[in-house]
Amino acid sequence: MTQEKREIVIPSQLLGDVKNKKAGRGTFVENGKIYAEILGILNSNSQYINVVALKGRYDPSENDFVIGIVEDAMASSWLVDINAAYPALLHVNEVPWDVDFGETERYLNYGDCIMAKVLQVDQEKKLQVTLKDRNLYKIKGGQLIDVEPSKVPRIIGKKGSMISLLKKYTKCRIFVGQNGRIWIEGSEDGVKKVIDTINKIENEALSYGLTNKIEELLKKDAKDVH
Amino acid sequence: MNDTEVKLFENGKRLDDRKPDEMREIKIEMGVLHRAEGSCYLEWGDNKVIAAVYGPREAIPRHTQNPLRAIVKAKYNMAAFSVGDRKRPGPDRRSREISKVISEALENVILLENFPRTSIDVNIEVLDAEAGTRCAGLTAAAVALVDAGIPMKDIPVACAAGKIEDQVVLDLGKDEDNYGSADLPVAISPRTGEILLLQMDGHLTVEEFDKALDLAIKGCHIVSDIQKKAIMEKYQSIPEEK
Repeated sequence: MTQEKREIVIPSQLLGDVKNKKAGRGTFVENGKIYAEILGILNSNSQYINVVALKGRYDPSENDFVIGIVEDAMASSWLVDINAAYPALLHVNEVPWDVDFGETERYLNYGDCIMAKVLQVDQEKKLQVTLKDRNLYKIKGGQLIDVEPSKVPRIIGKKGSMISLLKKYTKCRIFVGQNGRIWIEGSEDGVKKVIDTINKIENEALSYGLTNKIEELLKKDAKDVH
Repeated sequence: MNDTEVKLFENGKRLDDRKPDEMREIKIEMGVLHRAEGSCYLEWGDNKVIAAVYGPREAIPRHTQNPLRAIVKAKYNMAAFSVGDRKRPGPDRRSREISKVISEALENVILLENFPRTSIDVNIEVLDAEAGTRCAGLTAAAVALVDAGIPMKDIPVACAAGKIEDQVVLDLGKDEDNYGSADLPVAISPRTGEILLLQMDGHLTVEEFDKALDLAIKGCHIVSDIQKKAIMEKYQSIPEEK
């Protein structure tokens, strides 16, 4: 990893010329020049100029695993809040149970939490989620916390390094939804430790070598446990 | 209008010792509210304004939704205690007008096509008023939108110019606004120089208008620098803390 400082860009900042680079995510082109459109971190290592958002709503994309909260049960479908700008539709065909027409409320009701997969995002940004995949089910027990969706990659770490650390040292079950919702289940102390650590990761998401730092921290705490 | 004894302009200095092209002091802080997706607190002279951004979220009532783009719902509100005499709370003719012009100014810079069927709600709360609150409100709203991570083509910025005792000046204060002869609030997109909002209260000759407009645009660029500095400051401080 390069040690140079991460460069923060603000909307309307000039990033480059279309002759040299291609405009990637978080940018727009006007008169042959590339500008940033969001507040974020500049990434121009490849042939694309990308701006990774620092804040903002969860932007759903297909096959993301998310945690949703049921908002409404209709005759043959549910509406699920997945922290995006729009509620997502969960059709009875997309659940593992055999649901009769009008009987949806017996399986999922207002306020229930589910782990789901984003099935479809169409051009009008109409969303559909599904429960038909491995390890997708209705959540019972545990705790749900919200983080900034843009910080989710940091919490998971490279190839899941950060999250496996957390699981190893706290012995909790953790599921991180791409939409910034995290479900934790375990002992009271363990859950508390996970939440503290995640808050720390969120606050220091911009610094380097975070995984090592967090490991040291967890090790120190875990000494008397082991 | 000029039947008062107040001397607004003396020896090249204004009431508060400012030069004709000098602005009041501006302080901007980004991200002050926890519940809002983006927020900003701004002090412009004795104006105190707080702006909060919610969304993009599903537009309600449903008939206001646009299937192709987002709508911007700005709401400008003056607190009852923001002015000398108590202001009767609630929306009135003036605040509805300002809400509308600010919404339209913001619609021109936000990339609305990214969020069809949604609304982006901007609440602007004036806590303390001392002339030029619509400029302060728009400037604060722009920073709050950046804080909310909403994609924009530019960070809009506003500033006013006006005329007191036949002299064109920048950024009118309270007495200058009340007893002066014209007020010209302008909002621009600083990258392109496009004008997003232009209103005028009072009378100006064509020459005076041109002069006031140039002055206001110059003021906008000054405010824009302060805005950008405030945004950068918020994030620069994080890695250094450790």
